Amino acid sequence: MEKMRLSGHYLEHYDEELEGVRNRVLAMGGLVEKQIADAIAALGDNDIYLAEQVVKQDARVNGFEVMIDEHCSQILARHQPTASDLRFVIAVIKTITDLERIGDQAKHIASMALHLAEKDRPKNGYSDVLALGEQALHLVHDALDAFARMDVGTALQVVREDVNVDRAYESIVRQHITFMMEDPRTITRALDVIWALRSIERIGDHARNMCEYVIYLVKGKDVRHVTLEEMQQAVLGEGHTLENPENTPDPKN
Amino acid sequence: MEDNTMTLQNPMTHSVSANLFEGEQRKKLDIRKETITIEVNNLNLYYDQTPALKNIQLRIPNHRVTAFIGPSGCGKSTLLRCFNRMNDLVDACRIEGQILLEGNNIYARGIDVAELRRRVGMVFQKPNPFPKSIYENVAYGLRLQGVNDRKLLNEVVERSLRAAALWDEVKDRLNENAFGLSGGQQQRLVIARAIAIEPEVILLDEPASALDPISTAKIEELIYELKERYTIVIVTHNMQQAARVSDYTAYMYLGELIEFNDTLTVFTNPAKKATEDYITGRYG
Repeated sequence: MEKMRLSGHYLEHYDEELEGVRNRVLAMGGLVEKQIADAIAALGDNDIYLAEQVVKQDARVNGFEVMIDEHCSQILARHQPTASDLRFVIAVIKTITDLERIGDQAKHIASMALHLAEKDRPKNGYSDVLALGEQALHLVHDALDAFARMDVGTALQVVREDVNVDRAYESIVRQHITFMMEDPRTITRALDVIWALRSIERIGDHARNMCEYVIYLVKGKDVRHVTLEEMQQAVLGEGHTLENPENTPDPKN
Repeated sequence: MEDNTMTLQNPMTHSVSANLFEGEQRKKLDIRKETITIEVNNLNLYYDQTPALKNIQLRIPNHRVTAFIGPSGCGKSTLLRCFNRMNDLVDACRIEGQILLEGNNIYARGIDVAELRRRVGMVFQKPNPFPKSIYENVAYGLRLQGVNDRKLLNEVVERSLRAAALWDEVKDRLNENAFGLSGGQQQRLVIARAIAIEPEVILLDEPASALDPISTAKIEELIYELKERYTIVIVTHNMQQAARVSDYTAYMYLGELIEFNDTLTVFTNPAKKATEDYITGRYG
């Protein structure tokens, strides 16, 4: 099938409106990426100022959500989009909800950084949390890239990688539980760390959701709440199997 | 992978009363599971030497609304007119292939065209009431068949006008001239006239394109109700109208049938790029 496009309408300003929505989603995505990167940096560098900035900037993320929603409702009312245009508007409305929630998680991580700044730092300087944060940031970046290029291959890749983030999250949390049991004095700190980890893990899930909307947008298939195998079939067609089925388990498990 | 819900459980099948949601969401339809009223096989139609319809293969399902969409000159009205042989009236028109109405070829020799047109009624873009009273317009078809029993005529006129959602507006002025009605009322009167002779199929050629939004909505609501009892085929330029009223949609272009599918699929995820370009308002 030919590559999807937003342009080519007889009504040229319709092209411009759709393109405008797309650009705003990408601008919002850029801001959200920066929020995640800053929140993680604030935690890693014990940077109170940066953490406070992230908390403040979240209002801008929320503003983007409201503005883009408004724009989408105008397009629905004025142009009554159909087929791929309709799927585009629906995908945008859903994508920005996830982006806004990623913003909330970044703000949450920044709040935890503020809490932890008052406490002793562990020997590893939260390197495990930072590494997981980098992974989640990478997923969000790729999810936005998949949206920008309407690229289902990248979208599928993000969904696969989110499974690794979920796994790493579980293993790090287990470690922290072990620390808490060994030395109960670390419990307050460990709880904050676990909250931050939880936020990072949620960011990965939101990136995955965004990729599901990209697949819906391009392929017209709703791949929410299905196994990775089924998603793969929806994207690549019947008969395709995973290259390494053992390494990429069902994301629902 | 045809079904988008895949392994998802249908939330309607358990714990929630399905009736609670009745009328909220249309289900996707499958032409393979339908009873077929009209079957078109390898239909070619020429005006002189110019082909107007090219190798059309199509099945019109029973008691559903099928919409034909496509740009001007794509052959949708021509195809519609084939279903009750209105094209016979055009001298230069030549037809190859088959159209089966409930299994019988309507272009076979010895077919009674008047009887065919009784079974397959038609309504045009501009309402065309006869210069007679409202009552006589509806009774016209029956009178033509030689029915003069006043009681029967009264019954049929009332039933038809009710079915066309016009009865309440005209019941006190049945003997007034039909031209005194508004455009929307005239169009519903013409539909009542078509219904009066109990057709099986109703062909609608842009039935609402000359009407205001309220009259259009009344016609659309009427179509929705009529499909309980009749098979309906509608030609429309208004794509939102096709999306609203039809169960199946056929997209035609330059005399060819490009895509035929469940309306929901056509308007959310069409299979062909040409269909996509047309319904989203793009140049190919």
